[in-house]
Amino acid sequence: MIPAAFDYVRAGSAEEAVSLLIEHGDEAKLLAGGHSLLPLMKLRLATPSVLIDVGRVPDLSYIEERGDEIAIGSLVRHHELETSELLHAQVPLLAHTAHQVGDPQVRHRGTLGGTLAHGDPASDLPAAVLALGGTLVAQGPNGRRDIAATDFFEGFLETALAPDEMLVEIRVPKVPGAGWSFQKFNRRAQDWAIVGVAAVTNGTTGIALVNMGSTPLRATAVEAAVQSGASATDAAALAAEGTEPPTDLNASPEYRRHLATVLVRRALEEAGK
Amino acid sequence: MVQIAVQVNGAGHANDVEPRLLLVQYLRETLGLTGTNIGCDTSSCGACTVLLDGQSVKSCTLLAAQADGTSITTIEGLADPDGTLHPVQEAFRENHALQCGYCTPGMVMAIVSLLDEEPELDEARVREGLEGNLCRCTGDHNIVKAVLAGAADRGTLVQS
Repeated sequence: MIPAAFDYVRAGSAEEAVSLLIEHGDEAKLLAGGHSLLPLMKLRLATPSVLIDVGRVPDLSYIEERGDEIAIGSLVRHHELETSELLHAQVPLLAHTAHQVGDPQVRHRGTLGGTLAHGDPASDLPAAVLALGGTLVAQGPNGRRDIAATDFFEGFLETALAPDEMLVEIRVPKVPGAGWSFQKFNRRAQDWAIVGVAAVTNGTTGIALVNMGSTPLRATAVEAAVQSGASATDAAALAAEGTEPPTDLNASPEYRRHLATVLVRRALEEAGK
Repeated sequence: MVQIAVQVNGAGHANDVEPRLLLVQYLRETLGLTGTNIGCDTSSCGACTVLLDGQSVKSCTLLAAQADGTSITTIEGLADPDGTLHPVQEAFRENHALQCGYCTPGMVMAIVSLLDEEPELDEARVREGLEGNLCRCTGDHNIVKAVLAGAADRGTLVQS
């Protein structure tokens, strides 16, 4: 399968990427690891006429402490997340979740910024960032702005990024002693989750769902129930509230709703809510 | 066209490529290195696995343009020039770790990367480490045996 023809340009910096986005408008897409975009282009489900390769932009591949948060450059690859000692110590949910993505070859290429900007509800890492209450940093023509993860995912493969913005950084709170869990149910090891759940308990409980709607979702009803003292089983019974799970070869919406309650219960129990 | 310069199996190559040319096509069609197979063409099966700067990647899901400036190793580059097999290739032969052989080049390259990254391996980690490579003959058992034998040779096998 061969993608439709396109022009290829390289950006040497985030500023240059933004200039190129302004120059090429809606016809352009940013290319980082390419493991979400290139498969779509090979199927001709995406046919951008210009690819702006940001894969070589320097200085966006860091994982570092910044006050109460860990700051991660958007070009950090899944393999770097899963092997980061700093993340394992401070935000183990994120390191563990990165290890669940695809397979080793995919994790060698895919980037955290890419998977978030793609906004696929079936992806694992967006749910982890959402459960953690992370912050995403977009760079545009007028500088940088912070976007709360809870405001970032707007629709199926749609995010709050403007057409002339590039995601440059992700910040997540340090939660070294927190309870956490990532539950992923699939048929084969390398598959997307049929349903997934990311949970973190650190005073308050954050729960996010994979593949239960058109975007990664917070399970707000479950979070509220846990906050008011409900048991894991009672809180998890609310897991499908407000969701519109998809239907596909693997599962019906009813199956996914049931699965969500089971996986959220397991996640709450493992996180010791 | 995009100008690229890459090292492939130690030899330098410079070519003008179409932006949409996939790395696997570049290796097979431009350079004539047909040891790397195209299987599913959807980054699932791993038949097209090569090493990019030492790490396993699926060359059907990379543009040749993205590989500019990198060092690539394919199955053709593993054995010594005198024909001495790489230890992973030797372990495959000794453990009969192939049936039809189609997945073999990708399996071998994925394992070379896995053994390089994982200082200690047990059977569970080997099976998990090969989740990106599918053997449609279902010959995985001897493949896992071969990896464990390779790890034992390196002294990095953990008895589980």
